[in-house]
Amino acid sequence: MLEIKNVYKTFNAGTVNEKRAINGLNLTLNNGDFVTVIGGNGAGKSTTLNLIAGVFPPDEGTIHLDAYNLTNLPEHKRARFLGRVFQDPMRGTAANMGIEENLALAYRRGEHRGLKSGISSEERKLYRERLAMLDLGLEDRMTSKVGLLSGGQRQALTLLMATLKKPNLLLLDEHTAALDPKTADKVLKITKEIVERDNLTTLMVTHNMRHAIEYGNRLIMMHNGQVVVDISGEEKKNLQVQDLLEKFNIDNDRMLLSE
Amino acid sequence: MNITALINSLPGAVAQGLIWGLMAIGVYITYKVLDLPDLTVDGTMCTGGAVCIVMMTSGYNIWVSLLCAVIAGMLAGLVTGIFHTFMGIPAILAGILTQLALYSINLRVLGGKANQAISVDKYNLLVSLRNVRKATIENPIFVSIIFTIVLIAILYWFFGTELGCSLRATGCNADMARAQGINTNFVKVLGLMISNGVVALSSALLAQYQGFADVNMGRGAIVIGLAAVIIGQVLFSKIFRNFALKLLGVSIGAIIYYLVIQIVLQTQLIQTDDLKLLTALVVAIFLAVPFWKAKHFSKKVRKEG
Repeated sequence: MLEIKNVYKTFNAGTVNEKRAINGLNLTLNNGDFVTVIGGNGAGKSTTLNLIAGVFPPDEGTIHLDAYNLTNLPEHKRARFLGRVFQDPMRGTAANMGIEENLALAYRRGEHRGLKSGISSEERKLYRERLAMLDLGLEDRMTSKVGLLSGGQRQALTLLMATLKKPNLLLLDEHTAALDPKTADKVLKITKEIVERDNLTTLMVTHNMRHAIEYGNRLIMMHNGQVVVDISGEEKKNLQVQDLLEKFNIDNDRMLLSE
Repeated sequence: MNITALINSLPGAVAQGLIWGLMAIGVYITYKVLDLPDLTVDGTMCTGGAVCIVMMTSGYNIWVSLLCAVIAGMLAGLVTGIFHTFMGIPAILAGILTQLALYSINLRVLGGKANQAISVDKYNLLVSLRNVRKATIENPIFVSIIFTIVLIAILYWFFGTELGCSLRATGCNADMARAQGINTNFVKVLGLMISNGVVALSSALLAQYQGFADVNMGRGAIVIGLAAVIIGQVLFSKIFRNFALKLLGVSIGAIIYYLVIQIVLQTQLIQTDDLKLLTALVVAIFLAVPFWKAKHFSKKVRKEG
């Protein structure tokens, strides 16, 4: 269970560029929740994910995940609880390393890294199986450098890496935004399969309202660093894009365009 | 040009190249693997030799002296690492600061003198200029090759371990490394320590080879290291894909560098004094080549549709 309580975050405090990105955010995710997050540019979606991941600490407030207090834990220490996929396909993988090496890095997320061999032959078998599930033919290219893969393949691989070791929370930061629509749908399909298979608690930021409605059991909308809309259950199931547009009088260009 | 003199000078160039090749492998670890240009090496390239020579002349065993030289180099790397990670100083500046500080430290190690000689007659040196044309096991070329092979083997093993992989991942993509729970600061410090330890080893061998440690012996070392790395990359990147072979390419790059320098010197077109100017220019051009290639000679992409 994720509990964000009364969190504030201001960037460039005391300068002309001062920006209060998160303004008293409260958010609770139950285990197994698949929450989609929408909101305009600057609403605080990515900042929220970065606060959870520990890219920077909050100015005020607390963040708990299950029994752990994440609030002031450094990024690399809380990584053991979190699976992350970034918007930029380049960010989630090490381009100069092989596919299997990347998976081996992810397989040891949050564990002590000593002088044992970086990858074992047993692991290779596991990786081959998991890669085969992606249905992208990557299982036959295990030693290829990740830099040779397309954006969609890299996002699928990052997703696999993020979930190889079951995370307490999966953070998806617009992970299909840089992909073409067809590839985006494929990556989302894989996302759904993995989340359902492992019953992962997931927070997925998206700019695409159709995706926000189609996926997950709960939808939240952020505005000015707060949650302004929170829909779940039956209401979420019956939600239409038109409802969202009318109900909440959305006037953000980009959100309309991506519909 | 005197052909006999040139041929006579070649074994020395090879031996020097091999010893500097160890140093270039150290540079490769920071510059290529960690993607962290580290200028500490200009200082460490003297520290190792100074510590080794001073300890040997004080009566310590050669292997103990060598080990202490490596440890001294690692400490220098530790300082740069702390400057860079804990104090947030940009890597290049952190290296320059340590390098500057090391000048004073090196002078202190050398007992306030600019250099300290060691006689091959009185001490059992691992490598010496005097044996460079002897066909015996004492030949510095032979000994340096052993050191190079052992070092490459150790590094090849290390970069295949979990810890070594986390180092490579950090150099490749630090965001990703942190997301996988790697303490990138720790890993960077570790990489700097390993690199400077290797450089200090090279320095200790070089001091024995030339028979003295000099406070200026490390000046411009980073440029020579980069030259070796780049020559190795330009010549062998197509055939050497394995990590161990890449390191070997760096070592061969250093040998080629010293052979070229030797030939250029023998032609007497330039003087020894102008060497550093020439080196800097050559390295600058080699560094520029990939940039120019990408900018002006990129393959035209065929438009489709």
